[in-house]
Amino acid sequence: MCALPDRLVALLFALAIALAVPTPPVAAQPAPAAESTAPAADQPAAALTGLAAALAHFLEDDFSETDTGISEVVATGDPRAAVIIEALQDGRLSFSAEQKKVFYKDASGQLIDALTGTPEAAEPADLSEVRLNNRVRRALDAAIGGMSLQARDPDKRFESAQAVFKSRETSVLPALDAALDKETDPRIKQALTEARAAVILFSEDASEADKLDAVAVVRLRGDQEALNLLSGLPAGAPATVQRAARDAVTSMQSQLAAWATVQNAWYGLSLGSVLLLAAIGLAITFGVMGVINMAHGEMVMIGAYVTFMVQEYIRTSSPALFDYSLLIAVPLAFVVAGLIGILIEQGIIRFLYGRPLETLLATWGLSLILQQAVRTAFGPTNREVGAPSWMSGTFSVGQINITYGRLWIIVFTMAVFVGLLGLLRFTRLGLEMRAVTQNRAMAASMGIRTARVDALTFGLGSGIAGIAGVALSQIDNVSPNLGQGYIIDSFLVVVFGGVGNLWGTLVAALTLGVANKFLEPFAGAVLAKIAILVFIILFIQKRPRGLFALKGRAVET
Amino acid sequence: MPPLLRILDRGAMIFLAVLAAVTILIPFLNLVFPPDSIFHVPTYLVALFGKYVCYALLALSIDLIWGYAGILSLGHGAFFALGGYAMGMYLMRQIGTRGVYADPILPDFMVFLNWKELPVFWYFFDHFWYAAIMVLLVPGVLAFVFGWFAFRSRVTGVYLSIITQALTFALLLGFFRNNFGFGGNNGLTDFKDILGFNVQAQGTRAALFAMSCIALAVGFLICRALVTSKFGKMLVAIRDAEARTRFLGYRAESYKLFVFVLSACMAGVAGALYVPQVGIINPSEFSPGNSIEAVIWVAVGGRGTLTGAVIGAILVNYAKTTFTSGPLAPYWLFMLGGLFIAVTLLLPRGVVGTWQWWMERRRSLAAAGNTTAPRAPQAAE
Repeated sequence: MCALPDRLVALLFALAIALAVPTPPVAAQPAPAAESTAPAADQPAAALTGLAAALAHFLEDDFSETDTGISEVVATGDPRAAVIIEALQDGRLSFSAEQKKVFYKDASGQLIDALTGTPEAAEPADLSEVRLNNRVRRALDAAIGGMSLQARDPDKRFESAQAVFKSRETSVLPALDAALDKETDPRIKQALTEARAAVILFSEDASEADKLDAVAVVRLRGDQEALNLLSGLPAGAPATVQRAARDAVTSMQSQLAAWATVQNAWYGLSLGSVLLLAAIGLAITFGVMGVINMAHGEMVMIGAYVTFMVQEYIRTSSPALFDYSLLIAVPLAFVVAGLIGILIEQGIIRFLYGRPLETLLATWGLSLILQQAVRTAFGPTNREVGAPSWMSGTFSVGQINITYGRLWIIVFTMAVFVGLLGLLRFTRLGLEMRAVTQNRAMAASMGIRTARVDALTFGLGSGIAGIAGVALSQIDNVSPNLGQGYIIDSFLVVVFGGVGNLWGTLVAALTLGVANKFLEPFAGAVLAKIAILVFIILFIQKRPRGLFALKGRAVET
Repeated sequence: MPPLLRILDRGAMIFLAVLAAVTILIPFLNLVFPPDSIFHVPTYLVALFGKYVCYALLALSIDLIWGYAGILSLGHGAFFALGGYAMGMYLMRQIGTRGVYADPILPDFMVFLNWKELPVFWYFFDHFWYAAIMVLLVPGVLAFVFGWFAFRSRVTGVYLSIITQALTFALLLGFFRNNFGFGGNNGLTDFKDILGFNVQAQGTRAALFAMSCIALAVGFLICRALVTSKFGKMLVAIRDAEARTRFLGYRAESYKLFVFVLSACMAGVAGALYVPQVGIINPSEFSPGNSIEAVIWVAVGGRGTLTGAVIGAILVNYAKTTFTSGPLAPYWLFMLGGLFIAVTLLLPRGVVGTWQWWMERRRSLAAAGNTTAPRAPQAAE
């Protein structure tokens, strides 16, 4: 939870610098270069002297002078400043004490007079690099951040505002104020205000009232970054400010804890929906036929490989359809896995009715064969399944980030669940399946062809596993072992939820998913998993038939 | 019939005779003949056969509960591995200063993890007798607790199979953790001595092999004694109609619990003998796949026959060694999977079971003349 915003901001910061640095001079990008290194002709004379005065600081070969030079160069607001500062950061800036001139090398290595912007033919004999130390580098970073605050690209402005919020470099304050005046985009304005507040809180000469305002601004931001900022205030701050910051920290902490709970619930829901997707097919076959299908995970794996093949075909034949690849894969995976399921039922399971334990062994053998077959056909390594554009990316609600992929999987799982519920409730096959679940012998005497129902049920369960494979291919490695990772979890979901009741499976899957994610922060992923396993083992002792057991004499066998 | 004769019927006698011959012959051929003699059995083969014998003991323990009491445990590998870890801990403590870090008390992996003192559960494992008790006690207590809950709540059939699988899976995850204190991912290895003898030495290997055979013989005799007694009849009754047995006033769960604990102890002993012979124990022994594979050994040999379990374990493992080391290695999983299916579909009685059934049918046909033979009672789930 806390790692995410941290990393995000760090990334943005890096991005801001990366964007700022390589803006190359003359050769590479003619248009901006012409703008920023425009020859001196149309420049007002005052600016020239200003820049000349600023550049003079670099001639001293002294770190604090260089530092002053940087702030003065930036303060001129001269378009050439950016090129000079970048050159300094890249170690391309040099000076000649004899000629009292500062030069930089452009991308092609051509020496250019920093003041006039004209190429210098002869290299001065005493040319030496302007040296940097860490303090100067910090000032440089801040200067670059300050300059990109007024970049044209709004995203770049936003990023640099965020970067300033994190760096809290006092020297950027004038640049911030200037940027705030000009800014029209409310989102960036907000970011700039927050950045300004952060800078003020850490600057030594800001007034107490300003600092108190700043605390309020940062408090409103409310994320982990703001919390870090307020809890790390310098010791020299006035008592009132410190108290305000402490209050803000307490209230933000409870707020963040609430968001963390929401986030855990969301992750749990996401995990639960994956479990549900993997287990729901198993629940049907187990409920109707009392058969534990150990090869169920392999049906999921086959579904994932169908997705892989569909995407391969689309890549080579019509790349434009790539965004629809999953939509095409879903029915295909259902049919392929379903047909394999019916084949298995007809070829193996049919002969083992009444011997559930031996069915378990036979299907385990089958799962070994299917795994090895896929390994032989596709190789043992992971195959790449891409995400269509509408499934990639994230958006944030409050303080949590939600990936579209996870969201779609939850939606998809619910759609499958509702569809299956409808099928059981409103179709003839569903009616027959429910009848067979409740009382096989009686159903048979009423004229239901139980053998046909069994075959179709097994096909349906396998087909749904195939569909699950399409979804899981988006979040898991598509390898021959894909199914194995889900099989034990799926069993536990089915056993926990109770047989012959889809709602039980739903409740069980979501409960286990959410419980797992809530345990993880305390115990770590592995211990959380062990705790869940132990819990289920104990739960089965209490209710051997699961949460929602079918009641009645016929079920007891 | 006197009890001894009842226990040692013709099949059991033949089995024990063959086992005795192997116990004597293989170490003899290994130790007496020089390596270039055609009668010489290489030491690696002795260790390999020793491994098979340990697997056979594991299979025997599964057959006792699955074949006679109808409890299909898909987590028996857990008891096997726990026994193995108990022995592994003893062997680790015997390394002493010969380890990489030469710490007199702490095993290498603890020094590596920067632990300062020995965890409490490692105390006393430097004594063989203590480790030997733990080999029986740890699997036994786990089986008792697990079984007490499970059988009392009447968890049966596939439900029981699944939670046994969850049990071994949970242990697998736990033992993979470094801070669990059992060497994490790498497990326990690099053993030096057992009872003062070098574990790598030819003589020790031969002795371990003989010990494994003796353990198998003892296990077999205990199982035979159990299943031929009234207690065995009760187990079969529970297997075939648990509810009915209960209605007749028997406490089915007590019978099941006893036999489950006994079986777990046998599996623990098998694991303890297995570890010094293969030289390593790591968490992968807990993987659910291993336990299921052990069940298929029993199914191949024939459940509810005891000798079948032993023969099945040796047959399947011999096939595994042969195929996985040759050019057919990629096809081994096809064969193993096919074996699972073929045995359950075509040979539900297993090799020995089918042979017994066939002999019985011939005998009863001969006795009854031309009348149709009465069907031998079939094992229910």
